[in-house]
Amino acid sequence: MTKLLEAPATDRPTRPGRGTGTGGGAPSGSGRRRPLAAALGLITSPKYGPVTVTALLFVAIFVIGGFRYRGFFSGQVFLNLFVDNAYLIVLAVGMTFVILTGGIDLSVGAVVALSGMIAASLLQTGWSPGVVIPLILLLTSVLGLLVGLMIHVFKVQPFIATLAAMFLARGLCYVISQSSISITDPTFVQLAVSRIPLGAGLSITPSVIIAVVVVAIAVWVLHGTRFGRTVYAIGGGEQSGLLMGLPVARTKVLVYVISGFCSGLAGVLFTFYTLSGYPLTAIGTELDAIAAVVIGGTLLTGGYGFVLGSVLGVLVLGVIQTILTFEGTLSSWWTKIFIGALLLVFIILQKVLTARRR
Amino acid sequence: MSTLAKMASSRLFWPVVMLLVLFAINLVAFPGFFEITVRDGQLFGSLIDILRNGAPTLIIAVGMTLVIATRGIDLSVGAVAAISGAVACSIILGSPDPGSLATVAVAITVALLISLVLGVWNGFLVAALGIQPIIATLILMTAGRGVAMLITEGQILTVNSPPFKFLGSGFWLGVPIAVIIAAVVFGLAALITRRTALGMFIESVGINPEASRQAGVRARGLLFAVYTFCALCAAIAGLILTANTAAADANNTGLFIELDAILAVVIGGTSLAGGRYSLLGTLVGALVIQTLVTTVYTVGIPPIATMVFKAAVVTVVCLLQSPTTAEAFSGFRRRLALRAEKGVAAS
Repeated sequence: MTKLLEAPATDRPTRPGRGTGTGGGAPSGSGRRRPLAAALGLITSPKYGPVTVTALLFVAIFVIGGFRYRGFFSGQVFLNLFVDNAYLIVLAVGMTFVILTGGIDLSVGAVVALSGMIAASLLQTGWSPGVVIPLILLLTSVLGLLVGLMIHVFKVQPFIATLAAMFLARGLCYVISQSSISITDPTFVQLAVSRIPLGAGLSITPSVIIAVVVVAIAVWVLHGTRFGRTVYAIGGGEQSGLLMGLPVARTKVLVYVISGFCSGLAGVLFTFYTLSGYPLTAIGTELDAIAAVVIGGTLLTGGYGFVLGSVLGVLVLGVIQTILTFEGTLSSWWTKIFIGALLLVFIILQKVLTARRR
Repeated sequence: MSTLAKMASSRLFWPVVMLLVLFAINLVAFPGFFEITVRDGQLFGSLIDILRNGAPTLIIAVGMTLVIATRGIDLSVGAVAAISGAVACSIILGSPDPGSLATVAVAITVALLISLVLGVWNGFLVAALGIQPIIATLILMTAGRGVAMLITEGQILTVNSPPFKFLGSGFWLGVPIAVIIAAVVFGLAALITRRTALGMFIESVGINPEASRQAGVRARGLLFAVYTFCALCAAIAGLILTANTAAADANNTGLFIELDAILAVVIGGTSLAGGRYSLLGTLVGALVIQTLVTTVYTVGIPPIATMVFKAAVVTVVCLLQSPTTAEAFSGFRRRLALRAEKGVAAS
């Protein structure tokens, strides 16, 4: 029950006490203690601990990389983390919603590939991008809706329902085409190659802006709306949420619609990045997204977690990839082993932190 | 009527119906579907093909059934299969005499031993640390492929070893070796869990681990055993898959096989919520999946589209087994009975 009350901790607890507005920066109550104790409290809290550790880890890896390799410690290397992983950030946002309710979505990788295939094939036949992109977002949202209904109405396990969606999406990719379709549409090419200068020789792509907007909206939805609180409440305890009169059914279905929408959008961003549709792309991306969410401190049983944590998780995965690129001699399979090891560390950390609390 | 109703309420009813429907489609598309011929003392025919190609999935699904019965899941089986194939191939390649029986025996033994270690690792995460099974095995699923690539150094290891190849494509008494191995694994699992109390212990752990521990069931030890057995099954399947192509491919050996195995278990009527399992159902489920793949081939649909059909089958079976559907059905039946009663009363 404490989890339930604590989960949607927005500005409410801090506002009446002191008007300083610590705004979710530290767990309530630890602000008055000495800095060391406050830091310790931050790390050992199940809510903020994993996120803090992830943030520290990210900074540590980045600094180590900066000392080891020339040219690593630059703003552009940092920004490239966003440029290269914009689609993964969007995926991780959708996945965060699902995991917060205690579910899981295995279909996201296949849906990314499917929306890429739809985009490529429709653009090839001369459809306008202004029609294609909304159509893709609509279709993937509908797929999410069907999955959500299957899970809620028919009580199918999220694992199996999204597995079926994964098979469906991957199979439809092959039905559309078995080979790669390249995209030559001028709008898409323009969006793919254009860079937005930030001054001082730094630049980002339009995809990054879209990803950042998605993250901002997700943060607002989760922390500023009733829907967001219901999401946390379902993860904390579905039965309790139901007894409190929260719209559990609607929220549980909507979460999968959001994940479907995010997967579709991520697919569009991915096609901006690759300028082609290929049925075998993004295999295993669902695992990357889940890993990013877990490393970002969202509890897999639901109820605890932040969208910004998931973004940090994506950045950690990205920075590991960058280090391996800079290292040059290390082979790509080390990425998988590293991600596996990181997952292990964070899961054990979560376990320890929540065990202390209970 | 009552026997029909009893059959319809059986958990095996819908999977068997599905299998029969697939057989019927095959028979229409290809009249010689049920024919089995003997050529050079070896059995040939579509049914034999289904059994042989379905063997690895069935072997893994047997292990998966026991894991799922404890309310767990093992996502790492594909990676374990890849690792065992990679280990066996690299040992055979590294030996001075790849064709000798001793080399192959050593390679297989080492591969199986390593899989036991991997299984114990999964069991440790689930039973000792208490991590959710999906996530605990996700770690090995992600890292395992990396480890397999580490062993093969990112290359496809091709071996030329007749005894090893025999494992994948050989025949004994006319029956494919893979089918015999699958039958042995299935038979052993059925014998050990259903002829002793072990199966009931596994189910009790799936229903409530804490309660079964207090009732004197060694829940932890059982979890260890179940995950280890599942990894062993995965390694056996990986060896068969690798031997079949005589090549270890760290990326593609056993890719998606965890999903097929889980599907086989779910189609067979074993609930993912644990506490109940049916090995016979898993057998039917594995056959449904393999027959589906074969059907897609014989009917002439591009094999690439198989996944769409798999999605359809999973969805249909899940919806049919859903409690909501069962309620709707029983409500419908009750209304029918009520109407019949009224009819009797009126006349």
